[in-house]
Amino acid sequence: MMQVRVWRGKADGAFQEFEVQRHASQTVLDVVTHIQRVLDSTLAYRFACRVGMCGSCAMTVNGVARWTCRTHVDKVVKKEQIEIAPLRNLPMIRDLVTDMSEFFDKWTKAKGRFEGARTRSDDFARVFPDSEDRKLVDAGIECIGCAVCYSSCDVVSWNPDYLGPAALNRAWTLVKDERDSKKIERLRAVAGDAGCHSCHTHMSCTERCPKQISPTAGIAGLKREVSLALFRKAL
Amino acid sequence: MIGHTGTWAALVHRVSGILLTLFLPVHFYALGTTLESAAAFDALLEWTERPLVKFGEWGIVVLLAAHLGGGLRVLALEFLPWRDWQKSLAAAAAALALVMGLAFALAL
Amino acid sequence: MSVKAQTILWVTQRASAAVLALCVTVHLATMVYAIRGGLSAAEILSRTKGNAGWLAFYAVFVLAVTVHAPIGLRSVLLEWFGWRSASRDVFLVGVAMLLGALGMRAVLGVFL
Repeated sequence: MMQVRVWRGKADGAFQEFEVQRHASQTVLDVVTHIQRVLDSTLAYRFACRVGMCGSCAMTVNGVARWTCRTHVDKVVKKEQIEIAPLRNLPMIRDLVTDMSEFFDKWTKAKGRFEGARTRSDDFARVFPDSEDRKLVDAGIECIGCAVCYSSCDVVSWNPDYLGPAALNRAWTLVKDERDSKKIERLRAVAGDAGCHSCHTHMSCTERCPKQISPTAGIAGLKREVSLALFRKAL
Repeated sequence: MIGHTGTWAALVHRVSGILLTLFLPVHFYALGTTLESAAAFDALLEWTERPLVKFGEWGIVVLLAAHLGGGLRVLALEFLPWRDWQKSLAAAAAALALVMGLAFALAL
Repeated sequence: MSVKAQTILWVTQRASAAVLALCVTVHLATMVYAIRGGLSAAEILSRTKGNAGWLAFYAVFVLAVTVHAPIGLRSVLLEWFGWRSASRDVFLVGVAMLLGALGMRAVLGVFL
């Protein structure tokens, strides 16, 4: 049996302790699911695919943001104890559920949306997968918006305006996409105190990303692109 | 986040920068007293011979070397092509600070 | 402050950092060499007074610091002290002027 402390309530809530049986190959999501189905049906939490594809089950486990469906209890349990809390840096709705609105709003603020210039009557764009730019894009394109990086970022917790690693990484993949037509607008959107210039290379995002993306690399690229735009008087 | 190498490097870099910014006006003022007289400057130098002040001087040197190391790490991450050994940069910065601290201590 | 101005601040910070990397390396090496066997005003000033080369070097050093320190402090004030208003930047200009004034006073005192 292990002692599982689970956050209940909102910001002014508290941890509640449950006793859960250990099993082989048990994940933290299994534990949370067991608590909700058997011990306390009022527990609120999110999950969907439970196989590490959707990112919905991200929570803070023993102080670290992770996908709970891909976190084996064996790997994180300390002296038969685990602590499960909602993702940091996001408003709490209840228990383990956070309000993801600001995370995605910042995605929009960073102009993280592809805007092409071709129409259906134009020929296809030819993008070679081994071109330097495409390799850079591919390194960051697998983001599924799970907010683990956002939850791990110190600058996000210090500066509420900071767009955050995920939004900036997505903007980077679009800045480097030769088909995109809104590069300058996007560079303006990601520069400054709320944008790439506030990244202080703590690299917690790179360390924690479950898809092995390095937002720090993308943000460093954005810093260079913004500087180039400034020198070309395009900013 | 606390516990990550990059976070430590960034915090050392930031705190050393703050402390250096607080120290510099004192440093500049002390040197500027030479304008008054060499005697005033000598009196100041005598004050710096005290062990606690010497230790403070050594601390400033280490802070400066640490800030330089951390700064070089940032410049490397932001301007050099991306590599996977960035964690080593933090270690290199720390090593630099240690070397400078040793050199200064030995020269005293 | 516009995004363009913030970008200029960032570029200035990195440029001054590059200048300081050189200046600090020279300064640390020189200091380790100079303090061997103790210091005295006469000893220091005999080496520095009238030295145009070193005067130029330290003038550049002071200028780079006057630019670099306040911009660095700006992030700290915003992120750790929540100082968001324009008064923060006014304060920082004041810090720059203090560093510049005291710094050039020192440079002139030691090298002129």
